[in-house]
Amino acid sequence: MAHDNVIEIRDVSFAYANRPILEGINMVIPRGKVVAIMGISGSGKTTLLRLISGTVKPSRGTVHVAGQSVPELDRAGLYALRRRMGMLFQFGALFTDLSVFDNVAFQMREHTSLPERIIRDLVMMKLHAVGLRGAQQLMPSELSGGMARRVALARAIALDPMLMLYDEPFTGLDPISLGVIGNLVRRLNDALGATSIVVTHDVQEALDLVDYVYYLSHGRIVAHGTPDEMRASTEPLVRQFVYGEPDGPVPFQYPSRGFAEDLRLNR
Amino acid sequence: MFNRLAHLDVRNIGHHTVESLYRLGYWTRFFALTLLHSGPSFARPRLILRELYFTGVLSLIIILVSGLFVGMVLGLQGYETLQTYGSESALGVLVALSLVRELGPVVSALLFASRAGSAMTAEIGLMKATEQLAAMEMMAVDPIARVVAPRFWAGVFSMPLLAALFSAMGVFGGYLVGVVMIGVDEGSFWSQMQSAVDVRDDILNGVIKSCVFGIAVTTIALFEGYDAPPTAEGVSGATTRTVVTSSLVILGLDFLLTSFMFRGV
Repeated sequence: MAHDNVIEIRDVSFAYANRPILEGINMVIPRGKVVAIMGISGSGKTTLLRLISGTVKPSRGTVHVAGQSVPELDRAGLYALRRRMGMLFQFGALFTDLSVFDNVAFQMREHTSLPERIIRDLVMMKLHAVGLRGAQQLMPSELSGGMARRVALARAIALDPMLMLYDEPFTGLDPISLGVIGNLVRRLNDALGATSIVVTHDVQEALDLVDYVYYLSHGRIVAHGTPDEMRASTEPLVRQFVYGEPDGPVPFQYPSRGFAEDLRLNR
Repeated sequence: MFNRLAHLDVRNIGHHTVESLYRLGYWTRFFALTLLHSGPSFARPRLILRELYFTGVLSLIIILVSGLFVGMVLGLQGYETLQTYGSESALGVLVALSLVRELGPVVSALLFASRAGSAMTAEIGLMKATEQLAAMEMMAVDPIARVVAPRFWAGVFSMPLLAALFSAMGVFGGYLVGVVMIGVDEGSFWSQMQSAVDVRDDILNGVIKSCVFGIAVTTIALFEGYDAPPTAEGVSGATTRTVVTSSLVILGLDFLLTSFMFRGV
């Protein structure tokens, strides 16, 4: 396996019970890149993240992260791999009983035996990177949505991960916070020399910041390419998604009986 | 029609039985995992101390006040009954034995379930609903070791202590009503209590009971929280189940333990 690829996914399928979620996924993510996985809600984006983080196992196919086959790892191996990953959850998932400082220090205290003095300096550096050094003593309940997301980001990069996973990082943010987070995703990736995967449906924000895009629909990759290629794509699904057209291959109406029948006009 | 209903009932009973067995198995596995992953909690006693404050210290007020009232009622009722036989001097024995053997462990466990148990369930349920447990997993930290085990041990340690304080306050309440208010002889109140209450048969058995109740309430509360569906409805249902299941389990276990401990002693 080439070592420039942090993630290699080959022919992966996944199903919950008998409901197929992902089918025949192939994906290669080279080191240092920021890659977006896009698609409408329910297209299997988050499941793909779970496969990469080893939370679920594929029913078929292989998932390699940093040269290791994720589904074959035992618990200890998986935990060792996860120490080198950082994940930003959709709403931050900060520990509500810990202050901002303790949230960022959490992994350092759990996984290292660094003296408190050094942990303090490291936490300050991480908080400085997201611009919230002044908020260290606040509790998560005192933060705005955008601030909470930034603290969660500082927590995710606490141990300088080689791979960053972002699960809908832009959801529910005002335009300024959205810009700040987008900017941070790119800057932190380049500063840490990491690789990032951004699962999102915020098209414009994502197209501005990523290097490559995979577009998912109904569990399959229907298009992939650079942001410019996606903008110029003639694939109807991609066009509808990129330009936010209300009707198209993805219908406005949820599948239903005929309208006339529902209004009982035929009686 | 009747046949159909009967059919449905049988199906429901079957469904509930299978579901209950499944949950019991899941609960047992959860309990075993908690014990297995308790090492880190003891390596970092601060984690347990913090939870001891939340489950133990914060439950003190309700336990102490309830103990006092229960003891006062025992004093009043006991005096009423005993004086008809002219043996009101045995009031101290009655109050102490009722508390140490039964009321202390049982009532304090019931209060503990509704005060600390429900809080544990709601806290862990909400941690799950807000993806805090998933985040911990992603940071390679086991939530059972970091979140569940310290709470479990804090509950197990604080339950017997709370029961002891409940009984002590109860005896004091009985003394207040019996001796100070009604005027039962103070000397016989204390000396009869001293000679009738046995350390091994009464006090130790009471402590064993409250240890068992502590384990039961804490594991039920933690399991319900951990197993709660990650929605507002799910967490509220889990909290209710904690209080209801714990209360039933406490009373059932109490009968079982009593029948083993006090057979004709």
